[in-house]
Amino acid sequence: MKTARPPIGNRQSAIGNPLLPLLSRRSFLSTAGAASGLVASLRAAAAAKPHHDLALPTVGPLVDVNLNLSRWPLRRLPADETPVLVRKLRQCGAVQGWAGSFDGLLHKDLGAVNARLADECRRAGRAFLLPFGMVNPMLPDWEEELRRCAEARRMPGIRLHPNYHGYRLDHPAFARLLQLAAHRRLIVQLALVMEDERMMHPLLRVEPVDTAPLAGVVRQTPGVRLVLLNAMRTLRGQALRDLIAAGEVYVEISMLEGVGGLGNLLAQVPVERVLFGSHAPLFYLESALLKLKESPLLPGQLRAIASGNARRLSAECGVRSAE
Amino acid sequence: MNMSEIWDVHCHLSGVPGSTPEARLGKLLEYADRMGIARLCVFMGMQFVEDPSPEQMRQQNDEVLRAVRQFSDRAFGFVYLNPNHTQASLDELDRCVRDGPMVGVKLWVAQHCNRPELDPLIARATELKAIVYQHTWLKITGNLTGESTPADLAELAQRHPQATLICGHSGGDWEQGLRTIRPYRNVLAELGGGDPAAGFTEMAVRELGAERVIYGSDVGGRSFASQLAKVLGANVPNAAKQLILGGNLRRLLAPILKLKGVKL
Repeated sequence: MKTARPPIGNRQSAIGNPLLPLLSRRSFLSTAGAASGLVASLRAAAAAKPHHDLALPTVGPLVDVNLNLSRWPLRRLPADETPVLVRKLRQCGAVQGWAGSFDGLLHKDLGAVNARLADECRRAGRAFLLPFGMVNPMLPDWEEELRRCAEARRMPGIRLHPNYHGYRLDHPAFARLLQLAAHRRLIVQLALVMEDERMMHPLLRVEPVDTAPLAGVVRQTPGVRLVLLNAMRTLRGQALRDLIAAGEVYVEISMLEGVGGLGNLLAQVPVERVLFGSHAPLFYLESALLKLKESPLLPGQLRAIASGNARRLSAECGVRSAE
Repeated sequence: MNMSEIWDVHCHLSGVPGSTPEARLGKLLEYADRMGIARLCVFMGMQFVEDPSPEQMRQQNDEVLRAVRQFSDRAFGFVYLNPNHTQASLDELDRCVRDGPMVGVKLWVAQHCNRPELDPLIARATELKAIVYQHTWLKITGNLTGESTPADLAELAQRHPQATLICGHSGGDWEQGLRTIRPYRNVLAELGGGDPAAGFTEMAVRELGAERVIYGSDVGGRSFASQLAKVLGANVPNAAKQLILGGNLRRLLAPILKLKGVKL
């Protein structure tokens, strides 16, 4: 006997078909404050047009916590001009993006990198892009860079790349950096990888960050707010759960994989610790966006991941709310 | 036939919840429905086996047959072959494609695909109008012993110009893989299985033409979302996206589906 066959284009989910026509940002934002309005809009759109037309999907107001500006060292990217990236983010319903700089991976003059980053974010207008300054605790007088990020540039947080900068997470300078960042109420973003290690350039092979010491460091740093970027490729299972339990630790979904991946993640991690991150422009922004559709999520879960958790986190650190 | 349907050339039962093949395919279809994907091509069994014995090959294919028979209006099966067992592979081709419902061949990592052992398999698949999906990867970290590269596939394509060959993952390192297969018009580039790196689809369309680029996901290890995004997020014309998402696969499968009397 055959089991019941699911029909093409299930219209019963809260989100509906991902290949819906693009809802205009204005019409979307008019409903963004009310969950029921959001869900109703999407349901109505799904009912109106069940087959895809290749338009960009829109799922709600997004805060994308994993962006980079400037140039990826190994290839030009379709959206590596900031205005192009901003336009794409807005088309997808983003109301804010948290941005580091690709330059920070290899440049030694991080003061100049951060100055350009702050300037570029300012030009995007109305706090749409928030700059996360690059700090390398292996460089001389890195504490001054941290001070400038917090005081002179009024950045909401910093971004760390231990594997590109050549230190392990059991290095005393890393613990000191977390302490100072916590004291200044800075959000700390820590990127575990940037790309698939199997296809790296032979002259630029970088191992993923070993997170084994991290839970211990977090436990010893009260008040630290840590966002792990590009973590879902290497951090899984008990190690992930231990880290989440160690303190105020968040993950984002850019490298989350597996069919129904977000649903699987929520079985392990509380929803309030999951953020929307795309890793754009190195990754297609649509990848993270479509993950919000692939797994059946409750409206509250969707709102929290898409923007609510990031808004709460940044508000705790004194950042003006995303529009 | 709905020309805007999305067809996925690369799906597995492994990595999907469910205790039976049909339960797993049913689960995959639930997610496919959410993403607007109409048809899935499925190959290999409940667990991956890199160098299957003849008995294991049959078991893997039996599991796929069991699954696709349950959902024959939504899924196609590809027969999993091992060139290290030539006669057993030919027997499986006949059992699953000539005499069964399968429409393609899957070759994975048991043997480099430029080896002569593949020749009778490719020739027979071509006689049966079955398309051939060959996994390829080019890893700076080192390939598996029998893992093919795009260059291996290019050699095979040169020997079998009448065969329809799909370069799985476009070689992983797609910037090299796409260049490698570019001269061989009977080879298509599959986008699935790697990170959703921006620019991949744009380069594939630029270098090969949209009619030689094909969407696949590699679920359950990958998500439909990240792999669909490579097409939906690409800066290529909508007509190209339609070809990549389904038009090309429908064109490739049309002859064998017609032989089998499958109406779309």
